[in-house]
Amino acid sequence: MSAASAERVASNEPLLKIRELDKHFGPVQALYHVDLDLPSGQVTALCGDNGAGKTVLTKCIAGIYQADHGQVFWQGQPVHIRNARDSARLGIETVYQDLALADNLDIVQNMFLGRERLSTGLLDEDNMERAAKETLAGLRVTTVRSIRQPVASLSGGQRQSVAVAKAVMWNSKLVIMDEPTAALGVVQTKMVLDLIKRLRDRGLAVMVISHNLNDVFEVADRIAVMYLGRVVVQDKASTFDRQSVVEYMTTGGLSRSGGRRTEGS
Amino acid sequence: MADVPKAADLAGIPPEQAPDLTAAPEAAQAEVPPELVAQSLGEYVRAYAARIRAGESGVLPVIAAMLAIVVVFEVVSPNHVFLSAGNLVNLFQQSAVFMVLAMAEGFALILGEIDLSIGFVGALGAATTVQLVQPQTTNWPWPAAIAAGLLVATVFGLIQGTLITRLRLPSFIVTLAGYLIANGLFLQVLLLGPFSGFPNLLGFSDNLKLIYNLMWGSIDPTISWIAAGVVVVGIGLLIFLSDNRRRRSGLVAPPTSLTLIKIGLIAVVAVVVVLICNTNRANAGTLEGVPWMIPIVLVVLVAWTILLQRTRYGRYVYAIGGNPEAARRAGINLSLVRTAAFGLCSFTAGIGMLLYASLLNGMSSNVQGGQYVLYAVAAAVIGGTSLFGGRGKPLHGVLGGLVIGGIYNGMFLEQLSFQWEYIVTGLVLLGAVTIDAVSRRGSASGSVTRV
Repeated sequence: MSAASAERVASNEPLLKIRELDKHFGPVQALYHVDLDLPSGQVTALCGDNGAGKTVLTKCIAGIYQADHGQVFWQGQPVHIRNARDSARLGIETVYQDLALADNLDIVQNMFLGRERLSTGLLDEDNMERAAKETLAGLRVTTVRSIRQPVASLSGGQRQSVAVAKAVMWNSKLVIMDEPTAALGVVQTKMVLDLIKRLRDRGLAVMVISHNLNDVFEVADRIAVMYLGRVVVQDKASTFDRQSVVEYMTTGGLSRSGGRRTEGS
Repeated sequence: MADVPKAADLAGIPPEQAPDLTAAPEAAQAEVPPELVAQSLGEYVRAYAARIRAGESGVLPVIAAMLAIVVVFEVVSPNHVFLSAGNLVNLFQQSAVFMVLAMAEGFALILGEIDLSIGFVGALGAATTVQLVQPQTTNWPWPAAIAAGLLVATVFGLIQGTLITRLRLPSFIVTLAGYLIANGLFLQVLLLGPFSGFPNLLGFSDNLKLIYNLMWGSIDPTISWIAAGVVVVGIGLLIFLSDNRRRRSGLVAPPTSLTLIKIGLIAVVAVVVVLICNTNRANAGTLEGVPWMIPIVLVVLVAWTILLQRTRYGRYVYAIGGNPEAARRAGINLSLVRTAAFGLCSFTAGIGMLLYASLLNGMSSNVQGGQYVLYAVAAAVIGGTSLFGGRGKPLHGVLGGLVIGGIYNGMFLEQLSFQWEYIVTGLVLLGAVTIDAVSRRGSASGSVTRV
């Protein structure tokens, strides 16, 4: 821990730095020389058309796939993420689109699923309920009627909140969210976007995969666009507009010059 | 940090197909158990009523079924003998087998699987025990014989569980094959020794006597009262103190009045049962006291309730029944939990059929292992366990077992032939499954529409 914090002092290194990552499945090159920075305290939106490689990249970070080549730096240190356990140990948690919650269990039971706390061999429900309550309160998730209600009775936005709370409860430093607002209505979407901002304000690095440019511009500090297995551009969100993001997503570049306001150059 | 999802398991997740629709708040409210949100008794009653209106009826159907059985059979039974103490104890004894078998089946049902073999697997274990205690042949002491019988049943269940989880065969087919194999092995075990296929529990050996007494032995009436008092006070204190502690530390807890009502109900049930059992039920002489089988069923009930609701293992059983993918990503070893559940299922079935052997005073090829499986499933489902996985408690098996036992007993008193008993039990099973399916459909459509 001390080494890690010392390392962080060294510079404003991004929390996670990916350089020249390659991944292929047989003859198909899914990722090609991918560079990506995910700094702490910022929301990075990863955009791209279907098949651009967003999911493969996510799974490489989460340790589900192993990259063929390339380097990954965590707080400036080179690391190898070989499996999901490695990524969780670093503090990377992924919230998948289907959330993976058990409908018949309540919120506390879902948040602690697989990592239950025990006292004298039996489940320590009081302890878990208190911790879950704290985490939810910290994220200002206050709309649930009872922390003991089954997840089946929650709305989509509340489920997403529970899934996020489950992810951040383990002192994670990087939270990756796959299409967090895809199935949500307007109010629920706002609730989830606010939650994402709170994660950022807590100093976490957040990566959001999204097709919805409204959400991207609402919440993202940085935008990275993938096209055919490459990250074609990544920069501050303020340097993009909708038109330019769409163009990067569909063609991998800009047809006309001046479509993007490049800052400081 | 130790338990994280396994790599391969995370790949290939289908995206959720939940469309964005508007909320249905009254349905959402109905799905929240009333004790979670109620601050007072009045609120509790209102929340409970809302829940029933939304199709989440809980144990209500089983209570209604019990009342219906009591009323109907008391009216039609000859000399209104149905509610006599002697017959009620008889009913408890007959129900005990269904109760324990239903608790056994519960393990498979909560996982969303089914075990069709428990009748004959349990019978195989019980026959093993009955054979081993025979004084003419092996003459094993009863603890060893019971342990051996339960071991045989458990191993059979573990083998089935292994086939289901490792080879990914459907539990329906594996346990159907297990049903036939166990039936054959059971008949084979019966033929051992000089008993012409009917090893019985008559005779003067203490070991025989003990197994006979599992069902037929009674506890002294005074001791029955004391024991019932100790159990009620103990359980009551546990519930009261734990609810009180949770209330004080601001955790979710029912209002005090509700806690007291719960404890009062337990006390009433205990007093009624002991009163019934302590009435002299012999035609001549004295026969009174709580039968051993009641504490035996209670021990199984308490043990499995603690296992399923208070341990990690139990939590994983429910999680797998609710969403196997979520369980897998939480780092739970699905194969291990499932295999163990099939082992526990068969182990419990071994206890149930041992009680049956005691009730029949021996074992013979007349044992209806196949029929008993269906009764067990029916009892569990009538009690409130879902056939679709993820929902159910050992208590449901006990309540449902009482209903099935009541039908069985009442039909017997009417001297209706077996065909009617089958038909009525079948209709009750259909009714229970319908309630289960309808309430599930209600809640499932609810959770999709609400986003």
